[in-house]
Amino acid sequence: MITVKYVDHLGAETQLEVPAGTSVMQAAVNGGVAGIVGECGGSAMCATCHVYVDEADAAKFDPISPPEREMLECTTSPLSETSRLGCQLILRNDHGAVKIHLPESQQ
Amino acid sequence: MSDTAEMTRDDIRAPRLDIDPFSDDFLTMPYPYHEQMREAGPVVWIEPYQVWGVARHAEVRAGLNDWESFISSAGVGLANFRTEKPFRPPSLILEADPPQHTRARTILARILSPKTMQQVRAEFERQAEALVERLVEQGEIDGVKDLGEVYPLRVFPDALGLAEDGRENLLLYGNMVFNAFGPRNHVFMDAVGRYEPVRDWIMSKCQRSELRPGGFGDLIYQAADAGEISLDEAPLLVRSFLSAGVDTTVNGIGNALYCLAQYPEQYAKLVAEPAKARQTFEESLRFESSVQTFFRTVNRSLEFAGVPMRENDKVIFFLAAANRDGRQWPNPDVFDIDRKPIGHMGFGSGIHGCVGQAVARLEGELILTALAKRVKRIELIGEPVRRLNNTLRALGSLPLRLIPH
Repeated sequence: MITVKYVDHLGAETQLEVPAGTSVMQAAVNGGVAGIVGECGGSAMCATCHVYVDEADAAKFDPISPPEREMLECTTSPLSETSRLGCQLILRNDHGAVKIHLPESQQ
Repeated sequence: MSDTAEMTRDDIRAPRLDIDPFSDDFLTMPYPYHEQMREAGPVVWIEPYQVWGVARHAEVRAGLNDWESFISSAGVGLANFRTEKPFRPPSLILEADPPQHTRARTILARILSPKTMQQVRAEFERQAEALVERLVEQGEIDGVKDLGEVYPLRVFPDALGLAEDGRENLLLYGNMVFNAFGPRNHVFMDAVGRYEPVRDWIMSKCQRSELRPGGFGDLIYQAADAGEISLDEAPLLVRSFLSAGVDTTVNGIGNALYCLAQYPEQYAKLVAEPAKARQTFEESLRFESSVQTFFRTVNRSLEFAGVPMRENDKVIFFLAAANRDGRQWPNPDVFDIDRKPIGHMGFGSGIHGCVGQAVARLEGELILTALAKRVKRIELIGEPVRRLNNTLRALGSLPLRLIPH
């Protein structure tokens, strides 16, 4: 299990224990975390699972693929250095704990 | 169909079902058959066609996401392009695998992106409101002919950059293409017969001279100018817009109207909160999926869900059955607009997931929003008529009365 802490734009935190192989988007949807929509179900097609990975954790994930980069141009909230699509961030046991910051809006 | 040697295949380690997914009976009311397949096992063998069938959500999702095992370049219908001649030059995106697929996909995904939707939204909204206004005055309407067909044929070809004349030909083309993923049955033969007279018209509309500069179609030619694809490939990619962009949303909207007419308490919830239009459309895609099935081809011998499969076997994935799998959805046969069915298979999943899904969602959301704001009740005033299609869940007519606020 991986511990994922979601921090919304107002600072409210939700902590989830997530099995390996789950995406940051899917875990949030399953766990009822508001602030992630995930409309397309994880196909990198909708840009509604935009997250800011905490700087301390950003290097843990695979680099951004070309389709993800294109879709990141479509987010409604501004991008940061660590902006990602939550559906492309697959959690692994060696991640230990990760912190994910949520944007103000997704649609 | 297979020869006699194939019929005696003795390596089938899954339930053998004598179900024809392309019979009139199945196409008219697929849900009992879906349940039978889901309950039989994670993978079944469809005896009449000698193909594998996958109907549970977890396995449909897993199979569609494993594009290296279950390939598309050998066709996403019953035919295997490795052994049979394709009925048309294969699509550059639908009937392709990476890396060829990636080039085409990148271009279309950019053209149909959420960012583009923000640009076309105001015009799509204006058209939705104007149409609903006209239909409210009309009072009694055919939800398919007067709304489901009219709206997509207005906004999508406009965005594509097509002239106004002859747009209804796109319905005949889409109907034919989606029928062609099934067998050469009477439903398919009928669709081909009606498509033949407009074949040349369709292909001519893929040419650059027919496409308004700056429209979605022209953007494909601009991608060719930039060297992303060849100029020869551009008309073939425009063809994907013409085949996949209309009959899908026509039925998406028609099916949503049918759901809301059948379940007035759900429509009442939408009227009370029109902001639920987008999730309502999403639930209708789960409950009555426009696109019911797609095939893949097994790339090399493998085991899937514990079942050994051979190279070149065809596999039919029942998207619509996955969308009513009780393993995934509580009360799957209940239409509930508050469900928010993230992860439904109505647009497929993985690298071949519908590239136009943002357009489809926009059209559905805007039509349902316009209705909710202007129409208090939608009443079914006659028996809906099914239009059978080997891939699509479609209505030919849907008699409705719109009661304004």
